[in-house]
Amino acid sequence: MSRFVLRRLLAATILFLIVLTLAFAVVALAPGDPMAPTDPRIPPEQAERLRALYGLDQPLPVQYLRWLGAVVLHWDWGQSYRTGQPVAELLFDALPPTLLLTGAALLVQYLLGIGLGLIAASRPNSRLDLSVRVASLIVYALPTFWVGLMAVLVLAVGLGLAPAGGMTSAAAFELGPIAAALDVLAHLWLPALVLGLSMAGDIARYTRSSLIEFQATEAGRAARARGLSETRILLVHGLAHAAPRLLQLASVSAPLLLSGAVVAEVVFAWPGLGTATLVAIQSRDIPVVLAATAYGAVLVIAASLAADLLLTRLDPRISLE
Amino acid sequence: MRRSSLPAPALTGIGILGLLALLAAAAPLLAPFDPAEQLDAAESSRRPPLSSLLVVRTRNGESLLAERVTVDGNDMVLERRSGSLRIPLGSVTNYREDGISERRRTWLGSDALGRDVLSRVLHGSRVSLTIGLLAAGLALTAGTFVGSCAAIGGRFVDQSLMRLVDGLLCFPHLALVLLLATLYRPDTTLLVLLIGGTGWMGLARLVRAELLRLKQERFALAAAAAGRSPAGVLFRHLLPNATTPLLVDASLRVGASILVESALSFLGLGVQPPQPSWGSMIADGQSHLTTAWWIAAFPGLMVAAAVLGSSLLADGLSDRLAGLRAGGRETRRRSPWAIRTWLGQA
Repeated sequence: MSRFVLRRLLAATILFLIVLTLAFAVVALAPGDPMAPTDPRIPPEQAERLRALYGLDQPLPVQYLRWLGAVVLHWDWGQSYRTGQPVAELLFDALPPTLLLTGAALLVQYLLGIGLGLIAASRPNSRLDLSVRVASLIVYALPTFWVGLMAVLVLAVGLGLAPAGGMTSAAAFELGPIAAALDVLAHLWLPALVLGLSMAGDIARYTRSSLIEFQATEAGRAARARGLSETRILLVHGLAHAAPRLLQLASVSAPLLLSGAVVAEVVFAWPGLGTATLVAIQSRDIPVVLAATAYGAVLVIAASLAADLLLTRLDPRISLE
Repeated sequence: MRRSSLPAPALTGIGILGLLALLAAAAPLLAPFDPAEQLDAAESSRRPPLSSLLVVRTRNGESLLAERVTVDGNDMVLERRSGSLRIPLGSVTNYREDGISERRRTWLGSDALGRDVLSRVLHGSRVSLTIGLLAAGLALTAGTFVGSCAAIGGRFVDQSLMRLVDGLLCFPHLALVLLLATLYRPDTTLLVLLIGGTGWMGLARLVRAELLRLKQERFALAAAAAGRSPAGVLFRHLLPNATTPLLVDASLRVGASILVESALSFLGLGVQPPQPSWGSMIADGQSHLTTAWWIAAFPGLMVAAAVLGSSLLADGLSDRLAGLRAGGRETRRRSPWAIRTWLGQA
């Protein structure tokens, strides 16, 4: 067990270093000079001074090692070209909203997906089953950001069921802790629903096929032979059978969820990593884009690591490999 | 042998995709207007679907749009959004006794710059479908190549390729794609390379697993025993029998690529203006959502139709595959080509 954990941790660290190196290489080899004067009246010495200030006058390997050292040892990502603020600080503020949104979306995705999968599996090939299947295909086909826009239009603006964007109300700082939490919740539910919906269809499909498969196994037949109710067979024994596969799906869907979060944040003006990244991209704020890339990588790698470790707890056979 | 046809969902999927491809191919003929044309933008901006405006052509080559026109003495009065505008009747070139008959009708509304949404949606389908198909083709080629190498290349090649695929699978692609799209000016080629180049790993795994399974089948063993080279067995016997799962995945990949392209375009990192693409049209519509919902709504429906078509096709094909697997023993004993026969009819 512990050897497995160590090996996975080591692999995750190596992967992270590869991502960092690749991201650095992409930026270093890109055409264009961020310090090139935008106005011919700016003297070239000025640009030279700026290059020296940001260490861009050093040879590439030196730049790389300095950058990597600062990142790994001090988690220092340099300063934003746009605001001069330390990048780590800037992104640190953006991280909790993204984690909140993706966490809530993950919850929606699993609750909805498992619920629909159970309904479909309880009456295989019925009209209900077919409609769940068709609905999941349609939901998959709809682009998340478009669903978000339509939800804002109809539910938020049209029916006034939720605020149209942002994470808190303008006057949130005046609220007490409980009221403030409720305020965030009121802003959270719609983006989380939209983001969770996009993946719920997959979960529903896996749950359904896994449950149907379980009923044909010896364990499933034994459960029925013991006279357990259909509900109990599906809910308790069937879901236990489906759990490892569902968990594996979580690690596969983490990158998708994160990329979905980027567009969902843009649609709902959610103050997270996605919004921060997009602003940085539009202003070609390279240190921020670079750091955001790495943050995304860390989140994805951590999610798949967590899923793997949980998996070994759920299914002891895996740790033996 | 009973001639089997494709199941209904697959046929529906083929129908949807075929229709979209037809619309894309015939876009210049079908589109009522030039997708970039801004005729009297102040007046034609954000007009709702199915509305129309009168076109008043003047001697100095201008075209003015108006909701209504009336003739008042020697002047023509144009009723416009900004109020009424009087121009001398003599300067109007397309005036007849019964008034102005030329109308500019927008079927799906017009966008903020007065461009026709239907024309843009039709032209945008060329960009989105091209990128979707080419990226899927690239992923299919790369995935098949790597998967085949792993399956027949021996233990060392297999192990190293599969570790590479494992690593790439948990690689955060979006981050890298965003980074690349920021640094380089995105165009169709770059987008195809980015989307296709990040989408082949699942396919490589699938191809490898499928080929390893098929390698143990009697027909493959027999071909090898008869002296066919490994490459010969691969191309003549293994790959032809793996077409269905490959097509299922490739079909899903088309839809996924279209989704990724639309998301990148939505973020402003896709195909650059003035070329319309579904994703960038949705982005254009975001800021006018409450006043002109149609700008964002229709391109989104087109994306959904394209992705639904490819999912239905994949779904139908995999049902068919499951059927072949279940009753497969008999089919396969008859001929190694059995799986291909129905594809030949498709």
